[in-house]
Amino acid sequence: MIGRDLLGIEDLDREDIVRILDTAEHMVEIGEREVKKVPTLRGRTVVNLFFEASTRTRASFEIAGKRLSADVINFTPSASSLKKSESILDTARTLDAMDPDAVVVRHSVAGVPRRIADVLGAPVINAGDGAHEHPTQALLDALTVRQQKGRVEGLTVTIIGDILHSRVARSNIYAFRKLGAEVRLAAPPPMIPAGVECLGVKAYTSLREALDGADVVMALRIQNERLGGAYVPSIREYSATFGLDRAKLDFAKDDVIVMHPGPVNRGVELSHDLADHRPSVILDQVRNGVALRMAVLYLFAGRATTPGSREVAGGAG
Amino acid sequence: MMSADPENEILLRGGRVLDPASGLDAPADVSIEGARISRVGPNLTSADARIIDASGCWVAPGFVDLHTHLREPGQEYKEDIRTGGRSAVAGGFTSIACMANTQPVNDDPATTDFILDRARQGSPARVYPVAAATRGLEGKVMTEMSALMAAGAVAFSDDGRTIMDSGVMRLVLEYSRLVEAPVMTHAEDRRLVAGGVVNEGEVSTRLGLPGNPAIAEVTLVERDLMLAEFTGAHLHVAHVSTRGAVERIRAARDRGVHVTAEVAPHHLALTDERLLDYDTNAKVAPPLRSEDDRIACRAGLADGTLDAIATDHAPHAQHEKELDFVEAPPGMIGFETALAVVLDMVREGEISPLELIRRLTINPARILRLEAGCLAEGSLADVVVIDPSRKWHYDPAKGYSKSQNSPWAGSDLEGRVLHTLVGGVPVFDAERGVLI
Repeated sequence: MIGRDLLGIEDLDREDIVRILDTAEHMVEIGEREVKKVPTLRGRTVVNLFFEASTRTRASFEIAGKRLSADVINFTPSASSLKKSESILDTARTLDAMDPDAVVVRHSVAGVPRRIADVLGAPVINAGDGAHEHPTQALLDALTVRQQKGRVEGLTVTIIGDILHSRVARSNIYAFRKLGAEVRLAAPPPMIPAGVECLGVKAYTSLREALDGADVVMALRIQNERLGGAYVPSIREYSATFGLDRAKLDFAKDDVIVMHPGPVNRGVELSHDLADHRPSVILDQVRNGVALRMAVLYLFAGRATTPGSREVAGGAG
Repeated sequence: MMSADPENEILLRGGRVLDPASGLDAPADVSIEGARISRVGPNLTSADARIIDASGCWVAPGFVDLHTHLREPGQEYKEDIRTGGRSAVAGGFTSIACMANTQPVNDDPATTDFILDRARQGSPARVYPVAAATRGLEGKVMTEMSALMAAGAVAFSDDGRTIMDSGVMRLVLEYSRLVEAPVMTHAEDRRLVAGGVVNEGEVSTRLGLPGNPAIAEVTLVERDLMLAEFTGAHLHVAHVSTRGAVERIRAARDRGVHVTAEVAPHHLALTDERLLDYDTNAKVAPPLRSEDDRIACRAGLADGTLDAIATDHAPHAQHEKELDFVEAPPGMIGFETALAVVLDMVREGEISPLELIRRLTINPARILRLEAGCLAEGSLADVVVIDPSRKWHYDPAKGYSKSQNSPWAGSDLEGRVLHTLVGGVPVFDAERGVLI
C-alpha cells in the first residue's frame, strides 16, 4: 500500500512503483484527447511549494494538476526572506493552516520535504530535494523505458555524470533496481559519492566499460559551477571523456535509448545530434512527465477525504 | 560560581566512594565541613551534621567539563551563564570551561572579566573561561595570552573555527608555553570539510547531503600533533570523532608529545545512522561518524588515549534547528544527559566505574590545572551522588538549559545524578531540582 507522502523512491516497493506507472498509462491517454481535462480532483487544492527555482518541473506539476481540475497554487517563498530567518517548519505550519489537499515541495537542501511532511496534515510530494531524491523524475523515466522497451526487468541502465550532486541519479538507482534492472554509474572519480555500492550499483570510471551492452543510457545535467576546476578540470575535458556522442554510443547495444532529465547542456553531456534525434527519447520523457505527475496527484492528493487528516490518509510514506 | 554559605557540616553516608585521584573505590562516608572535605572513611559519625543518604549510590568528585558553550555574552536567547551553570549542576558538572565564540568573542580581558562576573552572580557551577587563541577567532593574530590568563582564562582555543594557517598555529603553540596553558584545537580542515554537514560515507550518499570526510579531522590532528611536538607546547584535541585521530594521538603520546584529548558523549554513543531522518538536533561538528569510528573512540577512552569526556554543550534555539539541514547550526546540549549516556560503557563492561569517573573529574581538572576533581581530605567539596541504575525519561523542556536541541529528547535513560554539591553547598538534588 502506498504511503501518505511521496518523499522518495527508496520508500516505495516494486508494487507501488508498478501501480503508479500503470495509473500513468491511463493519464497518457487523457493527454491525447482533444479536451485534456477530467474532473477527478475538482475542489481539491494542490500547492506547489518551490523554495528552489524551477520552470520545467513546476510547469509539469501545474499542468498535471489542471488536467485533473485541481486548483493549483504556486507558493514560492523568496529565497532572500527565507534565508537564515524563517524556519521551514513555520512555513509548513502556515501552509497547513490553509488546508491544502497536497503540497508539492522542491528545495535545494536534502531532507526538507521529509521534515515538512512531519508537520503537515496534507500529503507531501517531493519535487526534488538537494542531492537526495526526485521521485517523479525517476518514475517518468521508468515509464519511458517501459514504453520503449516493453519491460524494465533484466535491462542494463547506465547513468553518466555528476552522481554526487544528483537527486535524479539516486531516485533512478532506486527505481530501476526495484524494477529488476542492472544499474551502472559512470563518472569522473570526484563525482562518484562515497560508498555508492551500498545502493546496489557498480561505479565505473571507464565510460566504455559502463556502456558495454547497455540498453538504456542516461546522461545527467552538469551544473556549470561544478565545472572549471571544481570537480572536473573543464567543460572541454568533461565533454571529451564523458560527453555522449554517436561514436561512444557504439559500445552500447544497437537498440540503446538515450535519456536526459533536461535541460541539456548541448555539446557537454550530449552531442547536438544526440540531443535532438533518435535514439534519444528526451521529449518522450517530458511528455510522460505530465502523465506521471497526474497519476501521482491522483493517487496521493485524491485520497485525503478530510483535509489535514493524517489518519484518513493512512500511514506515512 | 555564586557564593552561598555552606552548611556547617554535611555527611554523605553509606555510598560507594569513587575517588580516582587516590584510587579509592570502596564503601565509605564523606564528611564535609564548610567548603571543604574534612574526612573520608568508614562509619563516620557526627552529632549535628546534615545527613545525605548515599546508600546504593556512587559518591564521586563533581564532574569537570572542558568544553561548553554558554552563549553569554551575545546569544542569551540560546543560553546564558546562569542557565548553563544550572543545567551543568543538574548533570553533575561542578566546574565548566566555556568556549570563546561569544559575541563579542572572548579575546579580551574585559570579556573574560565579564564572564567571571556573570558566573559569580548567577552560576551554581564554577565557570572557567577559555579565551580565544586568535583575535576575533580569525586565525590571524594571537590574543594577549598573559593578560587573559591574569583575568582568569584557563586555556586558549578558536573552537568552532579551525586555525587553518599552520604558521599561526605554530606561533600560538609556541607562545602558549609562556603562560603554560593548553591550546585546544578544533581539528577540522575547512577545505576538506568543504561545506559537508554529515559524515562522508554511505549515509551522506543516501541522504544526499554534503559529506564531511573523516580525513578532514585526521589531517588537522596530525598537523597539530607535529606542531606540538615541534614547539613542545601542550596541545589539547577537542571532541575527537574518528579512528584515525585516536590512533594518531596514541602514537604521538607514545613518542612523548604533550597531548591530551577529549571525546564527547554523542561520539561515544551515536553514529551517522542517527541522521537518516534528517533530525537537525543530531547535527553536530565534527559530525556523528561511522560505527567503526564510534568503537575506536570508546576504545580510546577506555585505554586512556582520550583523557576526558567533555560535553561540547552547544545550545541552539528551536527556530534555528528548524532551518534546513545545511543552514541549521551544528551542536547539541549535553550536560543533563552526559552521565547516563557514558554509563553505557560501564554497563557494557568496557570501562570500570572508577576509570569512567576519572575521565569526568581529575583528568579534565589536570588538563586545565584546576583545583577540582578529587575527594581528598582538605579538597574543595565539589561532590556528586549518582544512582547509576536509576531509570528516567528525558524531556529537555523540563531541563535547565534554555535550549532543547538534544538527540536524546524523549529517550529513556539509565543513570542519574541525585545530588550535586559545590564548595559544600547543595546546589541540585533530583527531588527538588536546582536549588540556587
